[in-house]
Amino acid sequence: MAFALETKDLTIRFGGHVAVNAVSCGFEPGTLTAIVGPNGAGKTTYFNLISGQLKASSGKVFLRGKDISGDSAATRSRHGIGRAFQLTNLFPYLTVMENVRLAVQSRAHVGLNLWSIWSSHKDLIQKADEVLETVALTAKRDMAAAALPHGDQRKLEVGILMALEPDIFMFDEPTAGMSVDEVPVILDLIRSLKARRDKTILLVEHKMDVVRELADRIIVLHNGALVADGEPAEVIASPIVQQAYLGVEVAP
Amino acid sequence: MILQRLFSGDMPRSKVLTVLLLGILLALLLTPFIFPGAKALNVAAKILIFIVLVASFDLLLGYTGIVSFAHTMFFGIGAYGVAIALTHLGPTWTAVAVGAACALVISLLLSLVIGLFSLRVKALFFAMITLAVASAFQTLASQLSDLTGGEDGLSFKVPALLMDGFQKMIWDADLQQFLPHPRMIFGVEVNGKFVAFYLLAAATLVLFLVMLRLVNSPFGRVLQAIRENAFRAEALGYRVVVYRTLSTMLSAAFATLAGILLALWLRYNGPDTSLSFEIMIDILLMVVIGGMGTLYGSVIGASLFILVQNYLQDLMKAASQGVSQVPFLKDLIHPDRWLLWLGILFVLSVYRFPAGVVGKLRMRARRTT
Repeated sequence: MAFALETKDLTIRFGGHVAVNAVSCGFEPGTLTAIVGPNGAGKTTYFNLISGQLKASSGKVFLRGKDISGDSAATRSRHGIGRAFQLTNLFPYLTVMENVRLAVQSRAHVGLNLWSIWSSHKDLIQKADEVLETVALTAKRDMAAAALPHGDQRKLEVGILMALEPDIFMFDEPTAGMSVDEVPVILDLIRSLKARRDKTILLVEHKMDVVRELADRIIVLHNGALVADGEPAEVIASPIVQQAYLGVEVAP
Repeated sequence: MILQRLFSGDMPRSKVLTVLLLGILLALLLTPFIFPGAKALNVAAKILIFIVLVASFDLLLGYTGIVSFAHTMFFGIGAYGVAIALTHLGPTWTAVAVGAACALVISLLLSLVIGLFSLRVKALFFAMITLAVASAFQTLASQLSDLTGGEDGLSFKVPALLMDGFQKMIWDADLQQFLPHPRMIFGVEVNGKFVAFYLLAAATLVLFLVMLRLVNSPFGRVLQAIRENAFRAEALGYRVVVYRTLSTMLSAAFATLAGILLALWLRYNGPDTSLSFEIMIDILLMVVIGGMGTLYGSVIGASLFILVQNYLQDLMKAASQGVSQVPFLKDLIHPDRWLLWLGILFVLSVYRFPAGVVGKLRMRARRTT
């Protein structure tokens, strides 16, 4: 089966430190792959290499078989790689609505329209309102993003990704720092995305119960290298995951 | 509805601000009738020109978050373009068109180069680069004295309509018999300056509304997103370099147009009237006082600043004479100290209204509703 997304020998070095080390991995369309590993394993860096925030020292990224290694983050985003960030990364003094509307606008390719009035694009506003509804932020649509509590900022972060309607969804610890009653909103969203079976989802997540439930497949990064790859049950039972997450000592 | 379209859906959103803006508009439009004398007319014209200039700078600083010190360079290019064309080609509208077109092309090219080459670097370096380019240009303008008139600048004739041609047109067409007082409207002489003033006012209004449209377009919204978080804007698929460069070019083009208006109004141009760094600082202050990221701020900022700049000294003179018996106070508000007081006023206003006058008024309006 053709991969929706594939990395080949993807590597990045910062000075002498190899943050991501020759990671080769293909992601099949319509699947949800969880990426786990201890802190500093290179998960977010791997994401940055895929979505274009960082350029690889060597190795390549393929989107639907096409080499996109040389493309900028903006180009990759336009070609269907969408990303929600681990550290909330919003437009702080614009409203919640505007944060989402900008993503819808990018998707609709009207950013370079200089002469129409933004508010006359009613379809974009309506679309943004629909997205706000799905992440339960309708009541706060006119607040500045910076004024939102942390949990709502995380929801907005996910909302922006939804509004982009990418083919590849990359979630970087989407529920980190959320209160218990807010987590289901996000998980339901990811579940319904997965149920559509036409989107490819990459999920970095520490909560093992979440991973176990959602993932079709788990890959494990450790010191920048891909050390395990397979069915959730099998990977979770592997010594490396047991050690990293459950503190089980494993004989060398 | 028509009003909404005209203002691109970006209404003043504060009663006080609306009243202030209408007041300024009326005062400017009626200046020839209610404030007699050449000084008042010149001050009003300067306010009009600076509204365009300051708004164009706000496009860059307030909306896109780019700090540039090369803005007066584009202002100067516009003024020199028209000045040189009129000096060498004679006082015709063709010369104005040629000068304006050349100036616009030069400004657009220069801003394109500055944009593409330097917007990739950090904001501070970009500011330094613009400073260097602008000061090189200033030196160039005073060195090429055959073309630019050097430090003395250029005095030139403008097309007849802006001199005394209006009267001539009426007499040539034998229209005077239809007008009770062909030379007068409400007791004010209709001379070249009168015509020029209203053409300038019309141009300012149009340019301002065009800029208001630009900042409220989908494009303008992306600029604000880039100002807030360029990294995220890029991740959303907006090519930040392209947007920043376009913003730089648009801002340069409008500054050039303001320069063209300045030269046509003054019938003179020299380094001190359009290129100097003093003007750069003035524009910066006007943007900050009016309110960054709100085009209405440019109207308030330019009006307030230029009024104070021109009339504070007179006001202090009157006050100083009033207290001529009080020894210390008399010296403190002596008209020679006007720059000191100007400085104090601006420090206070920036301290009191960090979001500018417009920002403050809108914030208050939002709180009360």
